[in-house]
Amino acid sequence: MDIHEYQAKEVLSNFGVACPDGALAYSPEQAAYRARELGGERWVVKAQIHAGGRGKAGGVKVCDSDREIEEACENMFGAKLVTHQTGPEGKGVYRVYVEAAVPIDREIYLGFVLDRTSQRVMIVASAEGGMEIEDISAEKPDSIVRATVEPAVGLQEFQCRQIAFKLGVDPSLTQQLVRTLQGCYRAFTELDATMVEINPLVVTGDNRILALDAKMTFDDNALFRHPHVAELRDKSQEDPRESRAADRGLNYVGLDGNIGCIVNGAGLAMATMDTIKLAGGEPANFLDIGGGATPERVAKAFRLVLSDKNVQAILVNIFAGINRCDWVAEGVVQALKEVEVDVPVIVRLAGTNVEAGQKILAQSGLPIIRAATLSEAADRAVGAWRNDLSQATRVRAVS
Amino acid sequence: MSILLERDTKVIVQGITGKMARFHTADMIKYGTNVVGGVVPGKGGETVEGVPVYDTVAEAVAETGAEASLVFVPPPFAADSIMEAADAGIRYCVCITDGIPAQDMIRVKRYMYRYPKDKRMVLTGPNCAGTISPGKALLGIMPSHIYLPGNVGIVGRSGTLGYEAAAQLKERGIGVSTSVGIGGDPINGSSFRDILERFEQDDDTHVIAMIGEIGGPQEAEAADYIRDHVTKPVVAYVAGLTAPKGRTMGHAGAIISAFGESASEKVEILSAAGVTVAENPAVIGETIASVMA
Repeated sequence: MDIHEYQAKEVLSNFGVACPDGALAYSPEQAAYRARELGGERWVVKAQIHAGGRGKAGGVKVCDSDREIEEACENMFGAKLVTHQTGPEGKGVYRVYVEAAVPIDREIYLGFVLDRTSQRVMIVASAEGGMEIEDISAEKPDSIVRATVEPAVGLQEFQCRQIAFKLGVDPSLTQQLVRTLQGCYRAFTELDATMVEINPLVVTGDNRILALDAKMTFDDNALFRHPHVAELRDKSQEDPRESRAADRGLNYVGLDGNIGCIVNGAGLAMATMDTIKLAGGEPANFLDIGGGATPERVAKAFRLVLSDKNVQAILVNIFAGINRCDWVAEGVVQALKEVEVDVPVIVRLAGTNVEAGQKILAQSGLPIIRAATLSEAADRAVGAWRNDLSQATRVRAVS
Repeated sequence: MSILLERDTKVIVQGITGKMARFHTADMIKYGTNVVGGVVPGKGGETVEGVPVYDTVAEAVAETGAEASLVFVPPPFAADSIMEAADAGIRYCVCITDGIPAQDMIRVKRYMYRYPKDKRMVLTGPNCAGTISPGKALLGIMPSHIYLPGNVGIVGRSGTLGYEAAAQLKERGIGVSTSVGIGGDPINGSSFRDILERFEQDDDTHVIAMIGEIGGPQEAEAADYIRDHVTKPVVAYVAGLTAPKGRTMGHAGAIISAFGESASEKVEILSAAGVTVAENPAVIGETIASVMA
């Protein structure tokens, strides 16, 4: 789960990471008022969206007056910001964060990630702050400093000092940097984050180390033990189909194609999408309905896939292991009777009791296109979509 | 011989009183697995599916001589259960549980290193379907009837995609020595490389099938190992050709976040190491048959 910059700064501040003074606003007037409260003569107005690259997309503005703040906000509120991380549809701006501008001497990149090779938390830092880490790795790989943390004892001061010296931070600032690194590590481990990124971490003209931007991602599997973190979720930043799916216990990722997929198991779901692509089609989604393909889950899955208006055919691929195919087939038939489906439906069943399952599909009277193998299913799905939904294969189930 | 699991391996089930665990315990016993007991704190003294339940793994090991364990414990408590098994002297542990926090798994891995290598428990999973040595024993939740005994060693992340591969082999009359699920989580007990090493040393495994997916470094690490150390033919399939970057595809570990983690990059890396790659999941069985011919 991602959170906003202002939320990440609040979280990190509680762990001793210093951030510029700032305040949240929900309207241009409130933003100007917040700026007056903060004091000073120069402020930065930042659109709060769950994506990086805001600066280039017009989501970050430096302002010198009330009027400039209100103007900047007028352009941000309600707009969809499109950055390299948002996808073409962009993310809506409903909150802005107003910060007191600080004089910047230098910018550092600082990231904490779960490193899958060492199976530990890794710190990634670079003196080339302000650039995206991908660009730093491509253009200035030698500037990157890495350290992994021994989980039994946590991040040690000497490791922080090593990072400070490798980054060439002035020795008088080492202790501030140590405090920042240890604060981030504690926030990471105590709150079950999977990523903390401060880019840039700045050294100010008056020798302070401040987190100018902050991003945090949390482990969805650990939210049960951090209810206050779970509360930070902002559904306005999620794909509405994906949040609806998540609320229904389904695992869904929307894509750009037009063949909807309903599959059990994540690996098989990816493999099904791949087969569609190899057969000349484009998958509309990833959807794993999990092990128990009950009629209720199958019906929910059909509704979800059909909520994507680009979907012109649906491929159901279920490998029934412990569930039997006859049971899954009954689920599919029941779902098609409940949900109005007006696109061709291709069903491939495999595994336990496959013959009985096929029989149920055949005898249902529903125009379900059946397939025996994965490649046959993909070919028929792509075929059905290309034939522009020939009436013979149309499914018009009664509600 | 098969790897990790033999006909007489004594097995306990942690969390045996749960509905799913009961069901699969009955299924494993029916298959012939030597299930000798279960563990649920506070339920010691009960009997489930004809086997005794103990309060602790240590007690179960002392009473039954259990060597292997299947963990069916809910996510908040699963990491603790794995560590309990490691401490009690269990030799091989399969964790089925999906949804264990990643940092819990970091702690589990660190904890296991307390033990010298010859006493260290082998863990596969979490978030996997388990391990089967067809005709001998089943330690997991797979539909056992899709596996014929034979000489192909299967190692994969995904449950149902692994079934797909086994079913394609069965259709061709090809059997399996052992099939091992390493699970879809970012921090897992055993890597592809760990299992490949065992298959390479196993006389009954003649061909190795590796079923990978997007995300993480373990397929690339396996490719290095195969190039330098594996003499047996290896066939691979990598799922997620159409998966977008930066999105989690069901499995917590199935996310492309660095170079070399996409399906096409993994295919390239594996091909360069001499692995025969099935381009399409529908031809996994066919591809394995072709290298056996």
